[in-house]
Amino acid sequence: MIYGFLFVLPPVIGFAVFGLFPALYSIYGAFTDWDGLGRMDFIGLANFRDIFQDEQFFKAAYNTFFLMIGIPIGLALALLLALALNRGIPGTTTFRVIYYIPVISSLAAISILWSWAYNGDFGLVNQFLELLGIEGPNWLSDKTTVKPALILMMVWKNLGYTMLLYLAALQSVPKDYYEAAQIDGASSFQSLWRITWPMLKPVTFFIVVTNIIGGSQIFTEINIMTPTGGPEYSSATIVFYVWQKAFGNLQMGYASAMAVILGLFIFVVTLIQFRMNERTSRDY
Amino acid sequence: MKARKRLTDTLIFLLLLSGAVFMIAPLLWMLSTSLKTREAVFALPPQWIPDPFVFVKYREIWEKGPLLSGIRNSVIVSVTVTVVGAFTSSLAAFSFAKLRFPGKNAIFLMLLGSIMIPYPVIMIPQFLMFSHVGWVDTLLPLIVPGLFGNVLMIFFLRQYLVSVPETIIEAAKIDGTSYFGLFSRIVFPLMSPAVAAQIILWFMGLWNDYLAPIIYLNSPEKLTLQLVIANFNANYAIQTDYPLIMAASVVALLPMLIVFLIFQRRIIESVVISGVKG
Repeated sequence: MIYGFLFVLPPVIGFAVFGLFPALYSIYGAFTDWDGLGRMDFIGLANFRDIFQDEQFFKAAYNTFFLMIGIPIGLALALLLALALNRGIPGTTTFRVIYYIPVISSLAAISILWSWAYNGDFGLVNQFLELLGIEGPNWLSDKTTVKPALILMMVWKNLGYTMLLYLAALQSVPKDYYEAAQIDGASSFQSLWRITWPMLKPVTFFIVVTNIIGGSQIFTEINIMTPTGGPEYSSATIVFYVWQKAFGNLQMGYASAMAVILGLFIFVVTLIQFRMNERTSRDY
Repeated sequence: MKARKRLTDTLIFLLLLSGAVFMIAPLLWMLSTSLKTREAVFALPPQWIPDPFVFVKYREIWEKGPLLSGIRNSVIVSVTVTVVGAFTSSLAAFSFAKLRFPGKNAIFLMLLGSIMIPYPVIMIPQFLMFSHVGWVDTLLPLIVPGLFGNVLMIFFLRQYLVSVPETIIEAAKIDGTSYFGLFSRIVFPLMSPAVAAQIILWFMGLWNDYLAPIIYLNSPEKLTLQLVIANFNANYAIQTDYPLIMAASVVALLPMLIVFLIFQRRIIESVVISGVKG
């Protein structure tokens, strides 16, 4: 069927031109001294060698992974909220919508908002802390507080999404499981631990993996809230550094090498997810 | 027993309520700041209800930055890509779901694999490609790739179509319709709820995009909305004109918020389905 083939041609072309070709070019570029202006000589593993001696790269990598601490925090809070919402109290739909509003809000606008919220003297966060009698720091200018500040913002922004996924998963647990457990005399804590949690494992895994992949590519928040990469480069992420090197310093070979390392990391994480998915579906 | 449930339910309601307040408070505070004068922002103790309550910043934002062109550019990108991209994606999904051709599964798997390629890996070569053809500082690099279709959308539409019975297709084939006619007159209308949901999500993603625009766009009149407000922040924070910055951000947030509130049931459904499938 010629038509079948024709109809899928656009995405295939799109993939080839805008996906595959740039990806391969990037991988090649990682082994050159590419400067985006014409020079592109093969230099072997030199970029990679330099990266592993680059303090800024390690700082950026450390920051990127530190920020992932928000993942389990967000997970726990979202699960708590989902369990609460699952009880079917009045106002469930409204709550769902309210919790989801930060999720659909533009990251740029949210970053700007929280930049102001973290203002040392007049920001919302310190206003709130003052009510509790605590004097808040200048969150984004202090290298010990800038990452926790970012984590809080990111947890806030994504809570609704994670909660939604958990709520759907909770609602798909057959009610008879709980009834049977109750007949057998299980406490609600035991039900939670023995029935609910195992049934939530697939969704939890999905959330963790997608958050790791997303978290490893954080850029916008850093660029807007700490445009220089934070005090002593304590908030710059890998993608932020890649962007600086590629478009700021025109060291595109070097930047590509970092991007390739990042890509490899994400590839491995995704592979793990695929394998785990297959394993869990086989269990059923 | 019932009283105990009532008590737990009330506690839970309070928990959810405080959570909801935590979610909304920053946004309300943003709104409140936008309605203040520049000086009122620094009042101590801080006020939640602006006094004086002014709209002046909402007038100033149109003059103090390329806000209008920002909106226009964002609309151009988002609308063009979603309209054309939805068409190419649904056509491809139809083909993957219902038509037969050699290598279909291999091609589908290959396209799925493209999801695993993160944008940072391709952004540098893409930039050089586009600068070769002189498209830097135009909206084209943001539009053209999307026109070829969206793999996630293709994936979901294909899943959706698989449940459409073959009989309808067979009947149309017997009638002698062309495959394209089959698509446009029968299959596409059947898919339209799924397509609509995907379009909304895609549109929102494009509207909120920041990384790609910041790479390609430089001239003020070319910037998309998200870049415009980021510049507002960068330029006016030093002047501590926070009401201005917040007003611009509110204007940037509002369209998608409205879209979300109108379509929230569909959007939430889509999100849940994709999460469950993943």
